[in-house]
Amino acid sequence: MIDTLRLTAEQALGMLERREVSSAELHRAYLEAAAARDGEIHAYLRLVEDGEDGEGGGVPIALKDVISTKGVETTAGSRILAGYVPVFDATVAARCRAAGMPVIGKTNTDEFAMGSSTENSAYGPSHNPWDPARVPGGSGGGTAAAVSAGLAPWGLGSDTGGSIKQPSALCGNVGLRPTYGTVSRFGIVAFASSLDQIGPVAKTVRDVALLYSIIAGRDANDSTTVQLPEPVRLPEDERLDGLRIGIPKQVWELAGIEHGVRASFEAAVDLARGLGAEVGECDLPLSFAYGMACYYLIAPAEASSNLARYDGVRYGPRVEAATYREMVERTRDEGFGDEPKRRIMLGTYALSAGYYDAFYGQAQKVRTLLIREHRDALERFHVLATPTSPTVAFPLGDKASDPLAMYACDLLTIPSCLAGLPGLNVPSGLSQGLPVGLQLIGRQFGENTLFRTGHALERALGFDTVPARLRT
Amino acid sequence: MSWETVVGLEIHVQLKTRTKMFCRCPAGFGAGENTQTCPVCLGFPGALPVMNRTAVEWTIKLGLALGCAIAPRAVFARKNYFYPDLPKGYQISQYDMPSCTDGRMLVPMPEGELAVGIVRAHLEEDAAKTVHVGGHSGRIGGADYSLVDYNRGGTPLVEIVTAPDIRSAEEAKRFLQLLRQTVVELGISDAEMEKGTLRVDANVSVRPRGSDEMRTRCEIKNLNSFSYIARGIEAEAARQIEVWESGGEVRQETFDFDAGSGRLTPRRAKEEADDYRYFPEPDLVPVEPPAEMIERLRAELPEPPAARIVRLARALELERAAVLVTGGLDRLWEATVAAGADRLAAANVIANNLVGAGVDPGAVDAAELAKLVAARDRIPRQAFDEAIARAGDAGFAAAPYLAREAVSDASELDPLIDAVLAANPGQVAAFRGGKEGLLGFFVGQVMKETGGSANPRVVSDLVRAKLLA
Repeated sequence: MIDTLRLTAEQALGMLERREVSSAELHRAYLEAAAARDGEIHAYLRLVEDGEDGEGGGVPIALKDVISTKGVETTAGSRILAGYVPVFDATVAARCRAAGMPVIGKTNTDEFAMGSSTENSAYGPSHNPWDPARVPGGSGGGTAAAVSAGLAPWGLGSDTGGSIKQPSALCGNVGLRPTYGTVSRFGIVAFASSLDQIGPVAKTVRDVALLYSIIAGRDANDSTTVQLPEPVRLPEDERLDGLRIGIPKQVWELAGIEHGVRASFEAAVDLARGLGAEVGECDLPLSFAYGMACYYLIAPAEASSNLARYDGVRYGPRVEAATYREMVERTRDEGFGDEPKRRIMLGTYALSAGYYDAFYGQAQKVRTLLIREHRDALERFHVLATPTSPTVAFPLGDKASDPLAMYACDLLTIPSCLAGLPGLNVPSGLSQGLPVGLQLIGRQFGENTLFRTGHALERALGFDTVPARLRT
Repeated sequence: MSWETVVGLEIHVQLKTRTKMFCRCPAGFGAGENTQTCPVCLGFPGALPVMNRTAVEWTIKLGLALGCAIAPRAVFARKNYFYPDLPKGYQISQYDMPSCTDGRMLVPMPEGELAVGIVRAHLEEDAAKTVHVGGHSGRIGGADYSLVDYNRGGTPLVEIVTAPDIRSAEEAKRFLQLLRQTVVELGISDAEMEKGTLRVDANVSVRPRGSDEMRTRCEIKNLNSFSYIARGIEAEAARQIEVWESGGEVRQETFDFDAGSGRLTPRRAKEEADDYRYFPEPDLVPVEPPAEMIERLRAELPEPPAARIVRLARALELERAAVLVTGGLDRLWEATVAAGADRLAAANVIANNLVGAGVDPGAVDAAELAKLVAARDRIPRQAFDEAIARAGDAGFAAAPYLAREAVSDASELDPLIDAVLAANPGQVAAFRGGKEGLLGFFVGQVMKETGGSANPRVVSDLVRAKLLA
């Protein structure tokens, strides 16, 4: 019997290499786990029962439903793509398949990856395995919940403003948002092109590093990708001597950081000091003052353009009407949920003639300043550390009617996303019985340093990634 | 009051790259509808554009040929609007940072050289082709249904915008002929108006001569031949002059030119102002051409057609020089003259006979052609025409045709001439009454009788002598 709740991808790989289990058997085990537990969690939008690459010899994987999979319906959590079956694989999906990894299923997401709780999915919310009355975070709540509930050893998410890091924090997983340009976006249903990144979610830092090594690297189909300057190194046990960690002093001035989150964070920082790291304070005044505003201009602006292709002409459901214009209007009205509509409207406004300079243009200038501010801080420090989410997982419905409260969930993850920098979530402990996440931000292409830091802390913290209520 | 026409042009040139602008689909014409498409050019979710480097190089090359400054950093932007021929909901086009700016093309005109400013030349992707079935006027409004062929969608286009430096339909036509020849000689486009690989919109306004004000301009679209361009501009200028002179005011409008009727029909006014919400395309990196590339492209440029017209005009009259150059005939002409042919005769034979026979000037041996030009009046018309028609064949030699001497013997021609004169007493009387232009008619009749084998100059002399006798 395979204990999918505890099995890490690295362990699964060991079992495959020792021929104790086949890739197909592993795939079957996760499908059975999903049959048993996904009714409660709703991590998956659809399972891939007959994975054509089931014999591939690799560790099975869950893919967020914004990742195009050839022959498997891909909806991005939206009604407007219901029934859409891609004729091609996203580059990351192709790289997983090339590594022989069967796809377990497509995981739930906020519609077009817009949200922080996965309640915006047109196909119903996902639930947090630690407490099904609470959200798993978003927009990648499906992938995070699947890993946390043992329905997948690892998975891929997409992160625009925190959609890998934040749900990883809320579900007690390790999640990496890589440096912009290191992982191909080809085949990813676009939200905000200059911010979207694909990244791994797993139980351990080593698993995340391993999956990152499989998906990263230049892709001829995505001009914004680059070759990694150095190979991915799987972190070994070591101390953190010589490592300088910076903590932005603005973090504590932010409203809404829960006491338990702060306590967990401070304990983790003390632990890092004990491992030999040098901890200091850094200053990111603009990032925390203007990061959110900047993000909520740039992301919706790009989204308004990226979502224009869903017009009912070539694919997806079409609402018939008397004229072309009416057909497009009704198709989009019925196909998009409230959050995409809200962002399309915001973005259209921000880009419109007469407002461009005041909004989008200004936001791009602020973004340049944020990039500079982060670069300066990261000249003094190897990594920056903050809590990942100001709060632990909140009850379903708590913020559903208050968009601004929902947007505030990504307060801490957004600035480094705007700066294009890599970020890693590592579970730092529990508060109210729910996971708390530690965010480590690295230099551009500094993934190996993040892995080293995260791995050392993970070992020292000894966090049990299996939700308490599922432990037997 | 005397009026002056002011014209600025927008020209779209379809590049003949092997593949489309942002994907690897073939960019050619003629394939079955929607067979040359892929997820990228159909705008499927997740598809990303990848720049066609050849198209970028060719745009820069054209810019250099037009004397433009080449941007060290050009940026693609998204131009957002909804239309079924636009699969992504936006067109990718260079907007505020185009590859080429501030150029100038000199256009030799009889009155002197006209300098036409090139405001910009930028690279963009073409939209797909739509056919609106049913309803009225072939437009989407009121159509029963619409069909879209995405084969053309995503093919590379260069848009060239001129300053309003053109003052007449003639100037516009000559400028476009030169531009077309430049593009063809660069090898970057077939630039054929009837195939839509060269498309021209004209912005026309008028003003009192001597004034330098800019009055309201109107745009004319669908000008698909050089003569329609001239006629469209003339018709629009005349319309505007009439409006101003009758005390009215020209409103900014867009017209379609219907070549059949020669009429301008206004396009249905848009329901609302366009707002394309341009912003830099985040899926592409900026174009930053290395200096070596620009220098290499500059070194590859042929001698500009305008300069060649000026050079030829020292030996021929300007119009003839322009016809040779814009027809791509001047190199053959120069070689033929160098081989000993008379300048004017060579120009006439090349521009009229050779072109009329559909011979590829590039395939003609100039030395052989020079022999034909020299013998033009000596050999039978038929032999000459046959020789011209075959002049482009591989290994063509003039000798066999030159051997067929024309009939110049008066004793053979006299009876034929007498018969022709006798059969046309009315024309004979008219000629003798002063209509000397009828000489050609009689010569033609005699030539016909001889089956083209007579020497026309000898016939002409004999006919004239008999008529004046």
